[in-house]
Amino acid sequence: METILVLTHADETGSALSKASLEAVTAGKELAARISAPLTIGIVAADAAAAADTLTSTGARLLAVFGEAFAQARYASDAVAAEALCRAAKATIVLVPGTSRFARVAAGVAHRLGGFIDTHITALGGTEAIEACRWFYRQRIEAVLSRSARPWFLLLDASTHAAFAGVPGAGQVKQIEQVAVELPPLRTTVSGFRAPAQDAQTIRPDAKILLVAGAGWTKKQPDGQVHVGEAGELILGFLRTTGASLGSSKSLVDQGVEGNSVLPFLTHLNQIGQTGATPRHAKGLSTCCHGEEPHVVGWRFIGDRRAISLDPNCGWTRGKADVVYVADAFPVMAKMNALLEAKKA
Amino acid sequence: MANVLHIVVCAGIVPDPLQTLEPVTGPTGPGIKNEMVLPAVLDPWAACALYEAASLAARNPGSKLWLVPLGPKAKLQQVMMTVAQKVPFELVPIDGLIGGFPDAHSTAAVLAETIAELPGLDRSKLLLFGGWESATRGAGVTLQLVGERLGITDQFQGVDEISLRDDGSFEVLERVEGGKHQVSVCAGAPAVLGWATGNLAEPRNNPQVGMANMRTIMPALQKAKAAKLEANGLNYVSVALPKQQRDTRVVKDLTPDQIAAELVAWIGAE
Repeated sequence: METILVLTHADETGSALSKASLEAVTAGKELAARISAPLTIGIVAADAAAAADTLTSTGARLLAVFGEAFAQARYASDAVAAEALCRAAKATIVLVPGTSRFARVAAGVAHRLGGFIDTHITALGGTEAIEACRWFYRQRIEAVLSRSARPWFLLLDASTHAAFAGVPGAGQVKQIEQVAVELPPLRTTVSGFRAPAQDAQTIRPDAKILLVAGAGWTKKQPDGQVHVGEAGELILGFLRTTGASLGSSKSLVDQGVEGNSVLPFLTHLNQIGQTGATPRHAKGLSTCCHGEEPHVVGWRFIGDRRAISLDPNCGWTRGKADVVYVADAFPVMAKMNALLEAKKA
Repeated sequence: MANVLHIVVCAGIVPDPLQTLEPVTGPTGPGIKNEMVLPAVLDPWAACALYEAASLAARNPGSKLWLVPLGPKAKLQQVMMTVAQKVPFELVPIDGLIGGFPDAHSTAAVLAETIAELPGLDRSKLLLFGGWESATRGAGVTLQLVGERLGITDQFQGVDEISLRDDGSFEVLERVEGGKHQVSVCAGAPAVLGWATGNLAEPRNNPQVGMANMRTIMPALQKAKAAKLEANGLNYVSVALPKQQRDTRVVKDLTPDQIAAELVAWIGAE
């Protein structure tokens, strides 16, 4: 019989579980119900009591490693915490949220326990055995796999399950069992986060729409000149009025590294595709991008896709977008921004 | 003051991203149709790691750089013809399966064993580099597992920058959620750094570097040890191309005003 452990951790505030952790809790509850297995939830946080408050209605056994050392996302401390939770739970299946914090340590923990890990899991299924669905070759090939070896760690992609919406303090109050750990010498200190200023942050994972800017924005226009400044204003104007997240093609970001005139707010973090992110948004609008495979693999989880391109034979027209507008993105974006501003006013 | 570093870059090779991929199932499990004849490139994120490693080594005289790729010998030779012209390194190839379907734990075991046996490697100076994910399996776990096997417990993933200090410690920027970087300071080597894109452009081909590298690359390829990768209980139930093909509507005859109006309505619709 399987025993399921869901590993969770606190968010940046330290007093609540991260959204991805709550999604993993949902996945754990569903799996436990389906295969009639006991469910344990492990918490890593500075203050586990506050973080566990929403979990009381799960009915699961709650284990926690807590203390000031676990406020920071750091390999050495997180690995011993997760290892201790797994040993205490005696889990055969360990569900782990695919956050940067746990993605950093999950494989190492699996190795310490003599277990195995599969990552980027998008769905769990199977009738006889547990089967996990994931993508290979940067979202170009989809596979369903299973493992006979235990413990089996499954790192779940974010936004593939609904976040568990337990009511704080509701249900049967559960005792949190503290799991003691011995910290190894810590050689790494987390000194903080570096992010663009609030109004300059263009990556918004929770946005409904993704706007992708391709290299065409920096190409010569019909007047024989490049209009990078105007392009930047149009793109930022769209982001302001819609709250969209901004993605970019690799070629556009690379132009900046090579010292060419570029959109100053773009960094490698904006990159979507083969060497970039694969975000999840309900809608996506591509502008000035050819829509070839290395780029479009980053759009695998974008629901409704539209593109503006001057090329009627671009990649988007070959079954990769729902609607392709054959047009110059400059005037279209300008008109669109004006309409959005008017609507907002 | 320069720090002497021993940097090992782990890398795989992947089909050129522009190639069409079609999965097939053979006697040893799933694979890519005609994978051995598809043009291959060094894994993109691992390539970023290699360029960052070379830059770091160049700024710290006395440092050494090893490239440890795993792949079929013939494909490695093809890829090295290009990679060798970029930056100087010592090649330690492993002759093994290409592709994303072998188990990452087995890959890590082979890599760790090879690195542990590198002649002249001082583990107290070791920075283990690689891509934070590959463009094949994309699991993002191989480097961690190699680090664990080598007993390295300072690990960083999604790295975009490392700033080495005079005392050997370094500041590292890792990608975290929401377009931000986590800033950490590590006391120094040994450490594992899984690179995202970093900040360097791809170096231009340098024939002199290429000639110097090729003197050692060909003998190294001939001596490449063969690796057998265990399945570790991994079973593929199905491997397939995604079925989703969109019925694209191509709009050619609308004015910018009309397109803008249609898009604004689309954006506002739930």
